[in-house]
Amino acid sequence: MSVDNKQHIGYGTYILVWLALLAFTSITVTIAGVSLGRYTLFIALSIAAIKSALVINIFMHIRFDEPIFKTFLAISGATLLIIFLLTFFDYIYR
Amino acid sequence: MANDVAVKSFYQESTNKYSGILSWLLTKDHKRIGLMYMIAILAFFVVGVIIGLLMRLELIAPGRTIMDAQTYNTLFTLHGVIMIFLFIIPGLPAIFGNFFLPIQIGARDVAFPRLNLLSWYIYIIGAILVLVSLFLPGGPIDTGWTFYIPYSVRSTTNVSMALFAAFVLGFSSILTGLNFITTVHRLRAPGMGFFKMPLFVWATYATAWIQILATPVIALTILLVILERTFGVGIFDPALGGDPILFQHMFWIYSHPAVYIMILPAMGVVSEIIPTFSRRTIFGYKAIAMSSLAIAFVGYLVWAHHMFSSGMSDTARWIFSLLTFIVALPSGVKIFNWVATMYKGSIDPQTPFLWVMNFIFLFSIGGLTGLVLGSLATDIHLTDTYFVVAHFHYVMFGGTGTIFFAALHYWFPKMFGKMYNKKFANIAVVAYFIGFNMLYFPKFIMGYMGMPRRYYDYLPQFTIYQEISTIGSWILSGTIFFIIGYLIHALKYGKKATSNPWGGVTLEWHIPSPPPLENFETIPIVTHEPYDFSQLKEMKDE
Repeated sequence: MSVDNKQHIGYGTYILVWLALLAFTSITVTIAGVSLGRYTLFIALSIAAIKSALVINIFMHIRFDEPIFKTFLAISGATLLIIFLLTFFDYIYR
Repeated sequence: MANDVAVKSFYQESTNKYSGILSWLLTKDHKRIGLMYMIAILAFFVVGVIIGLLMRLELIAPGRTIMDAQTYNTLFTLHGVIMIFLFIIPGLPAIFGNFFLPIQIGARDVAFPRLNLLSWYIYIIGAILVLVSLFLPGGPIDTGWTFYIPYSVRSTTNVSMALFAAFVLGFSSILTGLNFITTVHRLRAPGMGFFKMPLFVWATYATAWIQILATPVIALTILLVILERTFGVGIFDPALGGDPILFQHMFWIYSHPAVYIMILPAMGVVSEIIPTFSRRTIFGYKAIAMSSLAIAFVGYLVWAHHMFSSGMSDTARWIFSLLTFIVALPSGVKIFNWVATMYKGSIDPQTPFLWVMNFIFLFSIGGLTGLVLGSLATDIHLTDTYFVVAHFHYVMFGGTGTIFFAALHYWFPKMFGKMYNKKFANIAVVAYFIGFNMLYFPKFIMGYMGMPRRYYDYLPQFTIYQEISTIGSWILSGTIFFIIGYLIHALKYGKKATSNPWGGVTLEWHIPSPPPLENFETIPIVTHEPYDFSQLKEMKDE
């Protein structure tokens, strides 16, 4: 376990990440009202992925943790990705 | 280690300063928590059985027999919700996982004992919410346990409350999974590498991963349905601009892996019982361990085989059909390895072993009929018929339910320090087999003939099959009550059990029956393979 996370992350970083999350949320809300056709979903999911990455790495400290936690997270992420891909075999070809 | 010396058991010593009921309700001991789960889960199981009996009684003749159609709709929904969410999902991991996983890896408790107790309370709160939903204005839920859209958005019954109960129950499952994964990674005894862990631990570990990764999906789905019902947000209901097939995707992304939450620990129990009663090390240990992980993984990829007739794309249908056939492979690995373990073994057909034989027969029928449903062409004919009902009862009840009784008979002497009447127990195995097949096999025939599931009434040509099925339900439920009866009798009047009545070699058989508070006087150093029966002599000498 990483005990000394504080030495890696300062308050400034937390605030910056928080502001970034707010900005991405604003973008998500804004583009929800814009017709981007087939790219709408792709953009929304990309923004969500970036936000997740920020939260997981910085707020949840995974970036500074042991490899086993990163492995666990990678397994979870891969599972989610596969579920998304398989679901799209329905939506794209319907 | 050692055996029949006078050691205080966990019944006599508590983790807290209280005595009586409070010492249980505030306990942090994994064994007591396992037993508390057992009491609650068995109580709900009995309720589920009684509801099933009433449904079968209604179906003994065409037309109205003992209830109206709406009552029947609520009863089959309740039967499903209780059996799935309150009995079969938590059953094996919460009871036997809690009790035996720490002991089998040589630990004194789970990694987070307080969280473990919290999981039990969350389970009880979820169960109470289910009960409350029955009595609030609006009446009991009538959607079926699958909560399919759009009916579950439009039904005026207490769908939101029942859904919220399932949401709460999911958290209990997630926290239990989290506890087990951490326990396996952090608390194994010295010398116990991953490939020296008993296969029940492997199975429970794989299950825990599914609990953690899949359960949040149903939680999210449930919240979305509640949002839709409460605020009219159009997510799933086509009348509001939603997509009902999206609901089915999200529901089965959890609920299919949940099938493996139910069956994997059962497979783990089988892998414990067969070597013990064959007096032979398990054949293909690593293959069985890896097949648990493979099932857990591939189990995520096959959910849409529940949706072949839903209107999803043809491409998705053949891909999911193909993936469904692949999941049969790791299950086959297990079956063949179990049979190979018995080959040339010195088989001692005691009660737990007979239960496992019951399982292999019933689960094989369930598994093979699953392939019939996994094939696109035959599935179209059989979708939403009694064939599906028969299939999942053979898998869930014939598989997990049967192994629940196997585990109960295998570990009963260890858990309670008493032995049950073996003659009664063997009679129960046979009666269970007869009742089970009479109850469920006619459903395969009716389903093939076109009898739809969940129907209150039926055409006269189905009468004889419905009658056989109902008589089977009497035999099966009578047997279940008989089992509960002789086990309760054994608690009080049973002979004292020795520490190792079956000649097992995994760590739980090295400690007294019932175990002491923290399981081991000193943490054992593991030197043997998990099913190395050469240690039996050493154990006797101890």
